[in-house]
Amino acid sequence: MATAAGLIFSNIHDRNVPELTGKRSMASVPFGGRYRLVDFALSNMVNANITKVGIITHYNYQSLVDHLGTGKDWDLARSTGGLKILPPQITTFDNAGTKTVFSSRLDALMNAYNFVSKSTEEYIVLSDCDIVCNIDLKDVIKFHVDNGADITLVTKNVYMTKENAKNCTIVESDDNGRVTNLVDNPASMEGMLDVCLNIFVLRREYLNRIIIDTLSRGYKSFTKDIIAANKDNMKFMKYEYAGYFATINTLDGYFKSSMDLLSAEVRDCVFGVKSRPVYTKVKNSAPAKYMEGASVKNSLIADGCVIEGVVENSILFRGVHVGKGTVIKNCIIMQDSTVGKDVNLNCVIADKNVVIKDGRNLSGHETHPFSLAKGPVI
Amino acid sequence: MFKKKECVAMLLAGGQGSRLYALTEFTAKPAVSFGSKYRIIDFPLSNCINSNIDTVGVLTQYQPLQLNEYIGNGQPWDLDRTFGGVTVLPPYQGKNGADWYKGTANAIYQNLKYIERYDPEYVLILSGDHIYKMDYAKMLQFHKKTGAACTISVLNVPIEEASRFGILSSDENNKIFKFEEKPPKPQSTKASMGIYIFNKDVLFKYLIEDENTEGSSNDFGKNIIPTMLQRGEPMYAYEFDGYWKDVGTIKSLWEANMDLLGKNPEFDIDDDNWRFRSRNVAAAPQFIGENAVVENSIITEGCVINGTVINSVLSANVTVEEGAVVKDSVIMQGTTVKKNASVLYSIIDEEAIVGEGAVVGNDKEKAKEVTVLGMGAVLPAGTKIDEGKILSAEDVKGGNK
Repeated sequence: MATAAGLIFSNIHDRNVPELTGKRSMASVPFGGRYRLVDFALSNMVNANITKVGIITHYNYQSLVDHLGTGKDWDLARSTGGLKILPPQITTFDNAGTKTVFSSRLDALMNAYNFVSKSTEEYIVLSDCDIVCNIDLKDVIKFHVDNGADITLVTKNVYMTKENAKNCTIVESDDNGRVTNLVDNPASMEGMLDVCLNIFVLRREYLNRIIIDTLSRGYKSFTKDIIAANKDNMKFMKYEYAGYFATINTLDGYFKSSMDLLSAEVRDCVFGVKSRPVYTKVKNSAPAKYMEGASVKNSLIADGCVIEGVVENSILFRGVHVGKGTVIKNCIIMQDSTVGKDVNLNCVIADKNVVIKDGRNLSGHETHPFSLAKGPVI
Repeated sequence: MFKKKECVAMLLAGGQGSRLYALTEFTAKPAVSFGSKYRIIDFPLSNCINSNIDTVGVLTQYQPLQLNEYIGNGQPWDLDRTFGGVTVLPPYQGKNGADWYKGTANAIYQNLKYIERYDPEYVLILSGDHIYKMDYAKMLQFHKKTGAACTISVLNVPIEEASRFGILSSDENNKIFKFEEKPPKPQSTKASMGIYIFNKDVLFKYLIEDENTEGSSNDFGKNIIPTMLQRGEPMYAYEFDGYWKDVGTIKSLWEANMDLLGKNPEFDIDDDNWRFRSRNVAAAPQFIGENAVVENSIITEGCVINGTVINSVLSANVTVEEGAVVKDSVIMQGTTVKKNASVLYSIIDEEAIVGEGAVVGNDKEKAKEVTVLGMGAVLPAGTKIDEGKILSAEDVKGGNK
């Protein structure tokens, strides 16, 4: 198989879900009971034998660094390759042109110049963190090589309302799957559309040239300056992904995609592929404990939880405590939050380390979940 | 040698565990699943790293494949070190022939060179079949303070059970004056927990001497400890009052699992200051279905529960289908309990399948004994396994009920 290295953009769409990314990167947004969003992108790469992965960070990456550690939980603690965190390069003297840290994908790639130019792998797989899917990247790379493509874009054909499409990049292509256009955040597209999953495969040397060109010509937009400008003289292909995917681009979307995991089909697609497990940081929490009188239905429960009350249609992250007489419905409760006795929660997203005292009633609505930031005592 | 270690641990993990029957048919006792997320060996290994002992030799002999794979490079316990860490020590062939480990003392004797590499002052001897939480650092402190040549960790047991253990008598300063292996008429209730700290030089001396003694069974309890006592070596008893359980029998293994349940469990494994570590299986969080009933149980990652689970301990990737009932039972990794099947007062080993409508065991109130199904057993739909049966996969296949 062709050799490939990976590059992950950890911050790229942070501002879409400010409720969750206030103090962390998109990559470290908790998802699915025991994961962070970066786990999906990373596991996809590791499962395709990609053993060198650079993670481009921008700001707020403390939680991400904490989560990733040496990379050992993804088998990426290696003397050759392995996990490399690429923090922004800002120096006191050398920032004449760029007074701020990067804002676009191309800017972010500048950060990875050394990683890309010094790698020896033939191909690079680029991936964002706001997509949840379990994709066989080996197959994508093979497709890329077999088709002699210059860039392969992973897409998913799916029905989009105008509202949904607004937050996505739509790929237009001819009958042969050759990309003819990329539209960022379309204002008025709807129907069956090819959504770009922001997973790209290209030759490392080509990516290197893109970075150098961007530097010397001051390119700003990956979509316009790289894809649109070269669509006729380069071969850009779409690779249609058939499995489940979720884009985390709004808080409601986050809520909905999380709840998707309560469906067995979705879980099978994301977690049930034997040869492609999803890895995450190992915490050595004790197993989840259900007490006498607990009642749990249709819920995803992580280890370390201690449940004495009622939990329905919800997702509890590691180490959540649910007191006696408490009823939690349609909620997402993140790591180490404690819900006291006789509490009622409905459609609440509670971030990490939230303490909800005895007898509280909190409720949101399915389309507008009530969100609690990290750490408060309610 | 560029560094030395103060204390090296030697973990005896070679026992067959024959009293666990079907559960140890394909695996060494220390690799048997315990407490949902763990294997028995996780407890001594976690205790070591939590007590700042980072050099552990694991002596294996019986069915070592699963155990070796499980220990790997020791990474889950932070025992992957540039110097020290965990080392698996199987019996080996030398210039003068090859020997299986003849007894606990002989197993250590054959690995004196391993201990020597770290030039330790003390050697901690552990066994791989106990469930407990213990700070060995405190025991070592005690050992140094008393100036003992050997310290034996002891637990007070009920007098009527004392004849099952190695029983020792000590004076008011905890100095041991008598040791009896499984005495018919015990004089004390202080039972040896099989945890020893030796001064290295003393240990070496007695192990070498014991090896050269004709007719010795090369065992710590039977030979080394009595000989040392007889020679007047200073030996002390270190009193331990926490939870400790020998899980050498089906009954005790079942009980120890049940000791983890409830609001104030006999043994609390949910302790942020003393985490038990285990090799992770990378499975999704557990899913509890629409019609599921789960009470007084512990369950871990990868489980999918659509039936009823009460007073039970489930390991990773266990599936309990609709209408199935699991009660007062221990179910190990990867096992599936199909629709409308019942598992009552039983232990079911890894990767087994309980067919649709099958019944394993009987209500705890009615059954006298725990029922056991071995690794990989596939029970056809509608089968009934009587209470107290202990069946391996082969037995089930052969229709031996």
